[in-house]
Amino acid sequence: MKLFTELFRKIDGTTSTTAKTKALVQFFEKAEDRDKIWAIALFTHKRPKRSVSTGLLRTWAAKEASVSDWLFDECYQMVGDLAETIALLLPIGSADKKNTLDQWVRYIDDLRDQTEELKEKSVLTAWRSLGQEERFLFNKIITGGFRMGVSDRTITKALSKNLSINENTIAHRLMGNWDPFTVSFSELLLEANENESNSKPYPFYLAYALDKEIDLLGTPEDWMAEWKWDGIRSQLILRNQEVFLWSRGQELINQSFPEFEILKEFEGSSFVIDGELIVRTEDGIQDFNVLQKRLGRKKPGKKTLKDHPAHIIAYDLLELEGEDLRHLPQGERRIKLEKLFTAFPEQFPLSISPLLNFKSWEELAELRSMAREKKSEGLMLKSVEGTYKTSRKKGDWWKWKLDPYTIDAVMIYAQRGHGRRTSLFTDFTFAVWKGDQLVPFTKAYTGLTDVEFQEITRFVKKNTLERFGPVSSVKAELVFEIAFEGIAKSKRHKSGVALRFPRIKRWRKDKQASEANKIEDLMFLL
Amino acid sequence: MTITDKGIYCAEANVYIDPWKPVDKALITHAHSDHARWGHKQYISQHSSVPIIRHRLKGANVRGVKFGEKININGVQFSFHPAGHIIGSAQIRVEHKGRVEVASGDYKLEADGISEEIEIVKCHHFITESTFGLPIFRWRPQSEVFSDINEWWKKNKEEGKISFITAYALGKAQRLIQNVDSKIGTIYTHGSIEIVNNLFRDQGINIPTTRHLTSEISQKQLIGNLVIAPSSALGSSWGKKIKPASIAITSGWMTMRGNRRRRGADRGFILSDHADWDGLNKVIDATGASEVTVTHGYTEAFARHLSERGFKAYTATTEYTGEQLIENETPVEA
Ligand SMILES: [Zn+2]
Ligand SMILES: [Zn+2]
Repeated sequence: MKLFTELFRKIDGTTSTTAKTKALVQFFEKAEDRDKIWAIALFTHKRPKRSVSTGLLRTWAAKEASVSDWLFDECYQMVGDLAETIALLLPIGSADKKNTLDQWVRYIDDLRDQTEELKEKSVLTAWRSLGQEERFLFNKIITGGFRMGVSDRTITKALSKNLSINENTIAHRLMGNWDPFTVSFSELLLEANENESNSKPYPFYLAYALDKEIDLLGTPEDWMAEWKWDGIRSQLILRNQEVFLWSRGQELINQSFPEFEILKEFEGSSFVIDGELIVRTEDGIQDFNVLQKRLGRKKPGKKTLKDHPAHIIAYDLLELEGEDLRHLPQGERRIKLEKLFTAFPEQFPLSISPLLNFKSWEELAELRSMAREKKSEGLMLKSVEGTYKTSRKKGDWWKWKLDPYTIDAVMIYAQRGHGRRTSLFTDFTFAVWKGDQLVPFTKAYTGLTDVEFQEITRFVKKNTLERFGPVSSVKAELVFEIAFEGIAKSKRHKSGVALRFPRIKRWRKDKQASEANKIEDLMFLL
Repeated sequence: MTITDKGIYCAEANVYIDPWKPVDKALITHAHSDHARWGHKQYISQHSSVPIIRHRLKGANVRGVKFGEKININGVQFSFHPAGHIIGSAQIRVEHKGRVEVASGDYKLEADGISEEIEIVKCHHFITESTFGLPIFRWRPQSEVFSDINEWWKKNKEEGKISFITAYALGKAQRLIQNVDSKIGTIYTHGSIEIVNNLFRDQGINIPTTRHLTSEISQKQLIGNLVIAPSSALGSSWGKKIKPASIAITSGWMTMRGNRRRRGADRGFILSDHADWDGLNKVIDATGASEVTVTHGYTEAFARHLSERGFKAYTATTEYTGEQLIENETPVEA
């Protein structure tokens, strides 16, 4: 348990992905194979089912710590995390030297079928033999709430460094339904899988936000325009009758979206499609939030698949029948894509992103103003002659968004609203990263639903760090997408910039504070 | 004594203790800015706090008294007794017609090696803080915390880094200076801390040797050494120049994981000049008081807990802030 505790402490103490990766690499170098398996499993949300209810844990902990129930609740309110509250309240113990992580996970798993009395006895024995940090981890494993701020990508990267195997291979090997109780480290990661190379995606070509007047792009005939969809950029791969879905974050997300398995039926063909993953029902394209929920759920149930079916709007074809098409002009790739689609059966959850008809830039601007009705965020402009480039290169692809500017920011202060909203926190101050610091750069009030305000209010109450009159400073944890109309340099503002008409576009529950934008990103917009 | 909208008030003597609004006569427990505020006509504090108050509140009329010295105002007897919070911090004992009340300001139980150790003052009514008045706050012995701090410093030294640690300029900084292992390297201080150090040294109080970190000192010289600065210096241009550094924060609030994670510090050491849960309870028990007023911190919960234990416990609304994660001490000009 010692190495894992150390790893946890390091990861928990930093927002830097580099530092996290380094800590993981060190752990993978030293830890025993069984413990490595569990570390990977816990970080990638493969954990044993909850074996003891949180209600019981609360009762036992309050008793063990000799605090009354209301005082326990008061502490829980303050700390905001049950595992941590319990770890802090229990009589101070000394660190465990004997057991490995693997042994503890099995210990916890064995509790499931025991009587309540035996469970209590075992949990108390465990608490008494662990130090404070270890107790916290033990509680996290037992309550099943292991969220650590480590992305699958970081794990993949660390393993890749540790084993000198490339990242895509690792990502592929970590996929699927392996059981951490039974799989061995070498089975999971060292034994080559025949189909590995099938899964390999291409680096995404990323578009820049249009930073000049539209007519400076030249003649409209040289450009193709499509709606810019508000989903997750994805690559859908079919090779040798295997299907792979990669998100832009280079994460394999097949497990969350089994509806694409049906493509296997398209025998004898292979292709790589670049497109936008969305949720689409009979009512049309659903909110991004719905998609996020789908993304967070590996192995979705029948009801989810029925109520929130995933769909890909395809806009590019990167590979066909084994041939890399990226060097071809956009226009030619588009023709091949359209041809491929004519062969698809109707039940495939795929459609093609329609090209917009326009003869002049004015006409296109008109279309753009209708984007919201189309559930789109604006337009994508692609040069007809452009090849498919690697990562972000200016020139051939432009985003022409409705909201000219958006930035992901962390909420750091909250203030109560006025009038009927005095019971809710509705005014927020947002910050971006400047090195390791969060610098506030704007306030925003509008853009969220009452339900969201209520949820945020609960968060603020639990996570207030300090109060300055009506303003509370809160734990830097929630990320929001802030949209605004303009940005200018400002000496009066600490951040050095002032925004025009800032508003909250949406709550990015899929992002951690560390993934918010940097001050450099704001400066770039100037 | 009662608590009014100006401060802790003794009507018989017409004086206030640690008032937050301007009054004629203010008895001051200690020189932290939430207890010693602007605008009073006269201040009375324990001697070691006098120069600090004079420095922070320019032009203040401050009179010093010794610990234990009895002063009589309108027939009410006042005396100052060590509170163990910072150097010179006092509890103020008030006796009138056989009734004894104590306003304790901020206090802690553990001897920190530099502040006068807390004296238990028997009383009928005890006015207490409860900054860390929940059972999740339990401090480890300071020897253990300092051995962690020393280890962190040594490790940074091996890695060729500067150890940059934040602390309140008044109190925590001197405690660090006194207790870190100065054999590891040189202790550099931010100007605001060095001023406080010198205000103490000038009174003959022994503060171990430190070096004022001025612009003449190169970053190279700092490698392997310890820099102590108030937390406000972290984001400042002064603080940013200090690199490569490992940054640590010392505070009781570091108990909570969420607090350790934000702020972009590399380490959070749990070290406070306020009493922890056990400390609060032990001191209150030892005073023999039957009435307790809780002035700041987790007032509601702590008073409820005291009531359950048989005390007549009250909460009061005051403007004391307790320990702040972002220091709101008025910065002393560097
Ligand atoms: Zn104080
Ligand atoms: Zn205070």
